[in-house]
Amino acid sequence: MKSYTLTAITLHWLMAFAIIGMFFVGFYMVGLPVSPEKFRLFSWHKWTGITIFLLAILRLSWRIAHRPPKLPEHMSRVEQFAAVTGHRLIYVLMFAIPLSGWLMSSAKGVQTVYFGVLAIPDLLAKNSQLGDLLLTLHLSLNLLQIVVVAGHVAAAFKHHFIDRDDVLIRMLPGSPAARRHPS
Amino acid sequence: MRRLVGFILLSLTALALPAAAAEFNAVQAEKSTLVFSYKQMNVGMNGRFRKFAVQMSFDPDKAESAKVGFDVDLASIDTGFPEGDQEIADKQWFNTAAFPTAHFASTRITVLDRNRAEVAGQLTIKGHTQAVTVPASVTMQGDQATFDGSFVLKRADFAIGEGPWADFGIVANEIQVTFHILANRTK
Repeated sequence: MKSYTLTAITLHWLMAFAIIGMFFVGFYMVGLPVSPEKFRLFSWHKWTGITIFLLAILRLSWRIAHRPPKLPEHMSRVEQFAAVTGHRLIYVLMFAIPLSGWLMSSAKGVQTVYFGVLAIPDLLAKNSQLGDLLLTLHLSLNLLQIVVVAGHVAAAFKHHFIDRDDVLIRMLPGSPAARRHPS
Repeated sequence: MRRLVGFILLSLTALALPAAAAEFNAVQAEKSTLVFSYKQMNVGMNGRFRKFAVQMSFDPDKAESAKVGFDVDLASIDTGFPEGDQEIADKQWFNTAAFPTAHFASTRITVLDRNRAEVAGQLTIKGHTQAVTVPASVTMQGDQATFDGSFVLKRADFAIGEGPWADFGIVANEIQVTFHILANRTK
C-alpha cells in the first residue's frame, strides 16, 4: 500500500482543522457587537488566514515534488473525475479564500499586519463598495468550500466503509506506509 | 463665560483700533482639517472631524500675543466606519450625549523662529482638562495664512475608551492629532 508522505499527512490535517475552525470563527465574529473581543478575533482570523495561505504554498510545492498515491483502480471514470476536480477545487480555495479576505480587509480600510508585526502592503485602496463586494466573494467562496469539503469527507467515508479500500487509511498519521517512508 | 468676555473685549479692541487689526482671524472652515491617527492592534488607522470651529487672532508682528481656540463637535467624527462612528459616541468613549464638544484654548505662545511656535493651552474632553503643548508652524501668503501642527494625546488622560476598551492592546493610548487651518487677514 502506497501512502502519502508524513509531511503531506501533517499538512492535510493541520490545514483541515485550521480551515474548519476558521469557517466557524468567521461566522461567529461577524455577528458580534463592536467589542475588544471582536477586534481580537478579527485580527487572529486574518493572521490565521495568512498562515493558511503560506501553508497552501508549502503544500502545493510539496505535492508537485511528491506525487500522491494513485486513485484506486475500482473507481469509475466519473468517480475519478469527481475526485480530481474536487481536490483541485480545494487547492484553488486554499489560495482564493485567504486572498479574498486580505483584499477585502484592504478595501474596507484596514491594513493587515501579520501578528501585529509584519505589515502586508495594501493592494487595494479603501473603497467601501468594493469592500462589500469582496465580503460577498469571501462568503461565497467559503460556502462553496464547505460544500466541497463535505463531499470530500463523504467520499472518504464511502471509500472506507462501502468500497473498503485504503483511501482514508493512507491519509492517517499512523498508516503503515507513512511509517515506512517518514519523509 | 470669561472666554466670551475676552472675545467681546478683543472684538471691541479690534473695532476701536482698526489700524492694528491687520491680523489673521477669519478662519476658512471648509479649507481647514482636523484629523487623527492611531494604532489598532498595531494597524495604522486614521479619521477626521467634519465639524469644528476655530477662533483665532494672530498678528505676525505680535505672535506671542496670538490666541487660538478650538471647539470640536465630537459627534461629527468620521472613523471611516459607520459602526465605529456609532461606537465612539458611546459612554465608554466620548459620551457625546453628556459631552458633545471638545475645547482647546491657548494660554501661552512661545515663538521659536519666524515660522514656528509652541502653543500651550488647556484641552478639555469628556470633562477632563489637561495642559498640552502643540508645536505649530505658519506659512503666510499675502492675506492668507496656513497653520499646521500635530501633537499626541493620551486617550486615557481623558477617559476616552473606558471599561474593556481601557486595554491599550486593542486601541493604543497614543492618538496623533493633526490640524491644518487656513485663516484670512481682515483689515
